[in-house]
Amino acid sequence: MAGMGGRMSTVIKAKISKLLDKAEDPSETLEYSYQKQMELLQNVKKGVADVVTSKKRLQLQANKLEQQVVKLDTQARQALAAGREDLARVALERKQFAQQELQSLDGQVAELETQQAALVEKEQKLRSKLEQFRTKKEVIKAQYSAAEAQVKISEAATGVGEEMADVGLAMQRAMDKTENMRARANAMDELEASGAFDDNLTLTPGQDDLDRELAELTSGNQVDDDLARLKAELGTGDTPAPGQLGAGEGGAEGKPQEGTP
Amino acid sequence: MIVRIATENQYRLPEEDADRLNELDNEAVSAVDAGDEPRFQAIFEQMLNIVRTDGELLGDDDLEESDVILPPPDLSFEEASGEFTGDGLIPD
Repeated sequence: MAGMGGRMSTVIKAKISKLLDKAEDPSETLEYSYQKQMELLQNVKKGVADVVTSKKRLQLQANKLEQQVVKLDTQARQALAAGREDLARVALERKQFAQQELQSLDGQVAELETQQAALVEKEQKLRSKLEQFRTKKEVIKAQYSAAEAQVKISEAATGVGEEMADVGLAMQRAMDKTENMRARANAMDELEASGAFDDNLTLTPGQDDLDRELAELTSGNQVDDDLARLKAELGTGDTPAPGQLGAGEGGAEGKPQEGTP
Repeated sequence: MIVRIATENQYRLPEEDADRLNELDNEAVSAVDAGDEPRFQAIFEQMLNIVRTDGELLGDDDLEESDVILPPPDLSFEEASGEFTGDGLIPD
């Protein structure tokens, strides 16, 4: 294969031979590979622990965001009841933003869970291959002449070397992804600290960069729909609603459960 | 023929699949060259499917070298566009 598969195979094979060339005779190769594999197993464990930590952090953030969504919806309702449509709009814009973030967080948590499961599985696989390798090397040494043993041992070492390179790759990818998510989680913390998800709605629309940014991030239509729904629910609407209370619910598909009016 | 899907598993495939895989592999490369991401994803998905459905999973006690190694299934288009050369995708 000259394409992707071929290139990938070549790169992995180069890694394996680089690894195996460090030792000169077969038994040394075996010991060296064995030692490398043990190191790698430790790395996999560390990788799994990192993934778990990141996942927990994201889950905490998701919980916080869920509370924010409920709170902002209530605040929008209160603002509207008090005749402050401007404030209600800000609250709903923030709610949309929080919902989008929440959706993306949920996706990331799910992805991390998949990564974690895959790494654990890879670790187990490498462990059994390693065990197999250890047994096999003794059998080979006992059964074959030195020259034959050298060939057989090289073959087995290459097989395990490939698995090692592959676990290394899986781990690196998992860690890269975890790192990206960590950066994103940090960004969210900063956003939160800057007041984007403040408990009190003290900002008026258009007053600062944050509001403009939020407005850009959220879909105006969704906010308008939300506002119309709240108006209909509160019976204060200047928008004619098809029904009275609860009329907006049918149009709110895909959105999280609303608070009790 | 032994095929590995990187970061996943190793499979034993009938030799007949080699030509089909090779053909798809070349198509995937030309899709990447053309910057056609949807086509690349579709072809890559097809390759993975052939290996997963036609292939017989190798046991953990098999210490065999792969004839072909396919890139990780979560490969991004940017990575496909040339990152997996040199040290790009495989750690030491």
